[in-house]
Amino acid sequence: MIEGFLLRALLAGVGIALLAGPLGAFVVWRRLAIFGEALAHSALLGVVLAYLLELDPTLGLVLFAVLLATALWALEEQQLLPTDTILSTLSHGALAAGLVILSLVDWLRIDLLAYLFGDILAVSRLDLWILAALLGLVALTLAKYWRGLVSLTIEPDLARVEGVPVRRLRLLLDLLIAAAIAVGMKLVGLVLVVSLLVVPAAAARPWSRTPHGMAWRAAALGALAATGGLLASVLLDLPSGPAIVLVAVLVFAASTLAHQLRTAHRRGGSARPGLADPHLRR
Amino acid sequence: MRAQATEPRPPARPGPMVDRPTVLVALEGVSVELDERLILDRVDLAVHAGEIVTVIGPNGAGKTTLVKVALSLLAPTRGRVTVRPGLRVGYSPQQLAIDRAMPIDVRGFLGLGGPRGPAELGAVLEEVGLAGVERRPMRALSGGELRRVLLARALLRRPELLALDEPLSGVDVAGQLELYELIATVRRRRGCAVLLVSHDLHLVMAATDRVVCLDRHVCCSGTPEAVARDAAFLHLFGDRLARVVALYQHHHACRHDPPPGRDP
Repeated sequence: MIEGFLLRALLAGVGIALLAGPLGAFVVWRRLAIFGEALAHSALLGVVLAYLLELDPTLGLVLFAVLLATALWALEEQQLLPTDTILSTLSHGALAAGLVILSLVDWLRIDLLAYLFGDILAVSRLDLWILAALLGLVALTLAKYWRGLVSLTIEPDLARVEGVPVRRLRLLLDLLIAAAIAVGMKLVGLVLVVSLLVVPAAAARPWSRTPHGMAWRAAALGALAATGGLLASVLLDLPSGPAIVLVAVLVFAASTLAHQLRTAHRRGGSARPGLADPHLRR
Repeated sequence: MRAQATEPRPPARPGPMVDRPTVLVALEGVSVELDERLILDRVDLAVHAGEIVTVIGPNGAGKTTLVKVALSLLAPTRGRVTVRPGLRVGYSPQQLAIDRAMPIDVRGFLGLGGPRGPAELGAVLEEVGLAGVERRPMRALSGGELRRVLLARALLRRPELLALDEPLSGVDVAGQLELYELIATVRRRRGCAVLLVSHDLHLVMAATDRVVCLDRHVCCSGTPEAVARDAAFLHLFGDRLARVVALYQHHHACRHDPPPGRDP
């Protein structure tokens, strides 16, 4: 039997995986994992503010993440300090502010654990609509600007000379990543959400020869992990967020191992870790 | 300094003084300050259609900054940059660090500049002497091959101005000579202007029309021969130049086939 909440959870899981796959590839290519962590950690403040303003918490999360990503983008344009220092300062400041407000406003009853570790079974209809809208936006953006986005990721100056609106596209990509993190938090919580972006992309890397090949493989592997993790969580009574992330990491391990074995096999049986991908050697 | 002009010059190339060729890019009194440090100091530079301008200077002379200003990648703190409207520029940056996590082959990389058919890619790769590498991963290329792929991507734009920032970096001496030969051939065949930046003081391409010697300000500029004799140039690179030329000559003596553009 498929109950309503389970179906919604499954839809959310697969939807977020499809979103996080291609965006996660950019996170990996541009080494933005720390940017994702910072957004996720500061998101608690967004939730608290959403409650205080009587907004839908998911909507509040998305808005707050988008706002923060814009602030970071603006800060990066004129920086004295290294990016990770700015990110760390902002995100922990926001996390601390969220916790302090939460303790001060005693009528505010927020299930803190649900936001830290996710509560996929609490996915609402509105959440699914927000997710669907975001999926459409990401699909449109990637279809329209794929070449420019990959180009600016590899070499922004070259992209600019060739007419790519680098600053605008980078902001757009940062905002989409921020929004994906915000909706992903509903699923696995702010502690684990960045893994939804990074792990499927990492698992897809060894089997990919092109950027778009890596993006769609990441989406497919992420969807597999989300489905498997949810099933495991229902069947074995595990917390859903950690179960999904754990399955994703297992998929990554299997992918890496399989690729190493295949490479070793092709070389005539001598496994040489470190040199797994012959194309990566200089 | 290899500064003589023995290579036959293309007759079609407009002489700077003869028929007032089109100015593609002009920098007038350009200064750039970054972090309260003066990177460029009142630089004047014009690149005309079809000419090869080589900018040389020591590390930290502001050469890359100069290219970025000329390509409008960086706004000058003071001064004026004029670019001919609609100018098609091909750019080869100083460095290209492709992340390990980015799977991309030569074909994919060349396609980033715009959609290209396989025939067009094959032709441009042949032009830069790399026929058949379409499926090779970018990270598997040698330093010299990478420079050629960057040149190919710039050429795919059918540029009127080719801006090459240190096109010889990561290339051994024999490869450097071949690359200079290639750039000269490309200019001759396509008639595009070339703005070339190099920290290499002893090896200036023979086909260069004008050398600009940069050390935050323009020390001197002129034909390769004139610059080599210029007091400011000798002051800037004096002793080192003598040493390096000797080294270079030594290397040259070891080669059986003399590099192109050099008196036998």
